Amino acid sequence: MRFSRHTVQKLGKTVIWIAAFAALAMMILILLKVLIEGLPLLNLKFFLESPHHMGRSGGIFSTVVGTLALTLVAVLIATPLGVGTAVFLREYTQEGSASRIIRFGTDCLAGVPSIIFGLFGFVFFVIWLQMGWSILSGGLTMATMILPTIICTAEEAMKAIPYSYREVSFALGGTRWQTVSKVILPNALPGILTGVLLGVGRCVGETAAVILTAGSSLLVPTSLFSPVRTMAVHFYILAREGISMEMAFATGAALILLILAINTVANFMLFRYIRRI
Amino acid sequence: MKGNAKIIFEDFQFQYGTLTALRGINLTISSRQIWAVLGPARSGKTTFLKSINRLTDLIPGTIYRGRIIIDDQEIHDPQISLPDLRRRVGMVFDLPTPLPLSVFENVAFGLRLKGVKERKRLEEAVERALRAAVLWDEVKDRLASSAFRLSGGQQQRLCIARVLALEPEIIMLDEPCSGLDPISTASIEQSLNQLKERYTILLVPHNIQQASRVADRVGFFLNGELIEEGPAAQIFTRPKDRRTEDYISGKFG
Repeated sequence: MRFSRHTVQKLGKTVIWIAAFAALAMMILILLKVLIEGLPLLNLKFFLESPHHMGRSGGIFSTVVGTLALTLVAVLIATPLGVGTAVFLREYTQEGSASRIIRFGTDCLAGVPSIIFGLFGFVFFVIWLQMGWSILSGGLTMATMILPTIICTAEEAMKAIPYSYREVSFALGGTRWQTVSKVILPNALPGILTGVLLGVGRCVGETAAVILTAGSSLLVPTSLFSPVRTMAVHFYILAREGISMEMAFATGAALILLILAINTVANFMLFRYIRRI
Repeated sequence: MKGNAKIIFEDFQFQYGTLTALRGINLTISSRQIWAVLGPARSGKTTFLKSINRLTDLIPGTIYRGRIIIDDQEIHDPQISLPDLRRRVGMVFDLPTPLPLSVFENVAFGLRLKGVKERKRLEEAVERALRAAVLWDEVKDRLASSAFRLSGGQQQRLCIARVLALEPEIIMLDEPCSGLDPISTASIEQSLNQLKERYTILLVPHNIQQASRVADRVGFFLNGELIEEGPAAQIFTRPKDRRTEDYISGKFG
């Protein structure tokens, strides 16, 4: 039996609508579940007090600090490296065997499961370099993990800059570095920031690699060499060990708010930056 | 002939890989005049201009032979500083290419690359350049607004001002009016006529009429060869070569 073209059209449309709606519904369901369970428990005290009794009571202060510190370290290390790699690939080298090897490497890196990064970080940073379970080990591990994303988005952002901008800069007596620093990078900044934000999201949400490299200490960290527990890890342990589902959802809600806050601030800064141009 | 020999080509040849874009160019261009580069598409006009400021260096896999001499200096000499050469030989492209900066910063861009930081010096240079490009009166009240908000014709004059701010000796314009309306075109031609008193101008006109309006001398290119060169009046009325005549009379092109 053959369907009329009209029926096929209608059917196709319905399927696409359902798919789109399902994606949205999934997101809303997850957010609602976490926020409904978690939000009522949230207050300023919850953010400013450290966890007591393994997290059964108290707040999440030390985990917020841990999350921010670890993410900051990862981003501060991965951004210059990633942007530098992208600048090298796009502006300083021609498509050739060297650039192909680098691209192949970053593509592979992007496909490695996070637990493998965790294992690598544990063996290399924690044990071999004797950094122990620490913000530094965790941050470095997360940096290697988000590096491919930052390289890739930075490269795409630079690719999108018109060739004429480069030509103008050179024609006005610019050196290659001046062209990169005064024309390419400022114009690629919005795209680069997108990559960095994706990286931030990944750092904030990662558990497996972080437990293996930063540990799960509930103490407020005092240096880069202190072990920390991030919010995601805290959430995982609270739920996994059956310590307190209530506290787990509260932490989850706080995590969502934190990510929202970071994205809002970044978007606001980006908007101000773009408006200047 | 006005002025002195400014640019000398000696048996210059240029290749993109295996594709020869220019061959056997022998030519002397003197200063303080408008020298028009005429020829159909893909005849080597843009390569001709870009080999004078060595913007062709940006393209991988190019080969040149022969010499280009500006004021007794061979421009391929390893001693020569490319940024300095490009400051001396300014270039305006076929489409307006403002950078995503303010009007002021666009004009000041080349000076900033050169390392000029002093605000007063920048302001003076920007005003002088905008006046010379006949744009000052139109933009003096919105120097801080984005260059993208200017009209196409204004943007192109902004690009001319950006080159003038560096006080070059030679200005090259590659079909600067190709995207512009007749009024904008007229104002650019007007500024070119003022500028030739002080600069050597190489212009790829966007049509033969424009060449006949502004050029002092004309060179006709075909398939990478300079077919003939001479005073505009002579080229347009009594071309020596059959091919020049056919092109000018519109038999091909």
